[in-house]
Amino acid sequence: MVDVHTAISVEGASKHFRLRHTHSLKESLVWATQRRARHHDFVALAPLDLEIAQGESVALLGRNGSGKSTLLKLVAGVMTPDTGRVRVRGRLAGLLEVGAGFHPDLTGRENVHLNASILGMRPAQIRARFDEIVDFADIGPFLDTQVRFYSSGMFLRLAFAVAVHTDPDVFLVDEILAVGDEAFRDKCLRGIEQLSSEGRTLVVVSHDLDLVERLCHRGVVLDAGRVVVDGPVSQAVHHLRVTL
Amino acid sequence: MTAPVDDGLVVQGLGGGLREVLARRHLLALLVRKELRVRYRASVLGLGWSYVKPAVQFVVYFVGLGLVLDQRAIGDYAIYLFGGLVVVSTFGEAVGNATRSVVANGELVRKIFLPRELFPLASTCVAAVHLLPQVLVLLVGSVIAGWRPDAVGVAALVAGLVLMGGLALGAGLLLGAVNVLYRDVENVVDLVVMVLVWTSPVLYPWQQVADLVGDSGLLTAYQLNPLTVAVELVHRGTWATTSPENLSATPPGLAWHTLVAFGLTAVLIAVGRRVFRTHSGHFAQEL
Repeated sequence: MVDVHTAISVEGASKHFRLRHTHSLKESLVWATQRRARHHDFVALAPLDLEIAQGESVALLGRNGSGKSTLLKLVAGVMTPDTGRVRVRGRLAGLLEVGAGFHPDLTGRENVHLNASILGMRPAQIRARFDEIVDFADIGPFLDTQVRFYSSGMFLRLAFAVAVHTDPDVFLVDEILAVGDEAFRDKCLRGIEQLSSEGRTLVVVSHDLDLVERLCHRGVVLDAGRVVVDGPVSQAVHHLRVTL
Repeated sequence: MTAPVDDGLVVQGLGGGLREVLARRHLLALLVRKELRVRYRASVLGLGWSYVKPAVQFVVYFVGLGLVLDQRAIGDYAIYLFGGLVVVSTFGEAVGNATRSVVANGELVRKIFLPRELFPLASTCVAAVHLLPQVLVLLVGSVIAGWRPDAVGVAALVAGLVLMGGLALGAGLLLGAVNVLYRDVENVVDLVVMVLVWTSPVLYPWQQVADLVGDSGLLTAYQLNPLTVAVELVHRGTWATTSPENLSATPPGLAWHTLVAFGLTAVLIAVGRRVFRTHSGHFAQEL
């Protein structure tokens, strides 16, 4: 195991949010004279260390508000930690939300190009994999229809198809498989398993414990921004089933 | 504690700023196309609107000021007016949209890491796409009015448009970042843009300002306003060479005004990049 590289390294990363109760000048002044708090701080992540090796598939588990999604956002780079640092090796694709970056007024075809480019694919790559993406999404004649007319299932199919074909080294999935019919869900899971078996790193946030047991080998349970369990996924799932 | 450069782990959430945006031109082009498609969705005239709007604005000013108020201070008034309007209205569009761009793309900003400079830059590019037909109209109008282009003039025209673009980008980066924290900014920008047409010699000649304030620091400040310089450069490129007597009415010292204006614009872009970069780490949580 000496030559296994670290894919994701989280070192002492913490994040707190300042919840402002008002942006309005009037209220700020009134509240200031009343000595009423205009904001309060909320710790989403206590300084946290986590190392994920290349090829690992890790489930981030925990209650709502335990800091899973915040951690995922730090890894994705959309947020920067208050302290510490988060580093990633290679290209990263995240499905932090179904179809982020899709525009309802563009057709499916245009959205595939736009979204693939947003996820970091080069134009030649997009052209080369376009048919594969469309086949995977299996939305047939709707490809040249504006996405606003898609059903939520079709939308998910296309979004997922793009993400899974971007050749990421690190793939982040945040609770996205809640939509879609059984057959497509299964297809998505197989797609993710395929990525994982190719030695890509996978980080999944989900409340679906059965799904997580199927996809991941390692489970990390967070509670109030701290790691409480880090071990084989069965152990993490067991912990959650007992405590919840 | 800094990371060894060769271990391949990259600190997340920093991004390469404008430089990285230039490396991802394809995405920039797609975003610009998206913006244009969305703007003109289900519209018969489509991009044709970018001809109609300035033309109508032009006719209103021309009839109102040129015919009703009957001003005689400026020869070839139509060309003078339109040249200035092209600069000021494009600047207004670019800055207005760039200011809103980060908030408008909040969905993306919160979900996927991209160099966020993409958004103000894309807005500026959209304005540039709209600029093209206007410049075409301006040139056609100038030719009809008897334009004889000279090399200095053409260089001035190009310099004026580049200056305006750089100015819009700098202001857009700065204001786009601040607008995430205080949405008031977009309203302030709308107000300022409304005033801009009067703070540069668009509707009136620069001499009237000189007559009003005399040869003072105020006049220098007025003339060193980069947007004023951009307007005067466009005047120099088109209006000044449509009739022989116009050339003598261009402001003296335009060359050094131009140098200073480019310097100021470079500073504005640097400040804009800096502010944008320091704030971009907080965009996701503020949106």
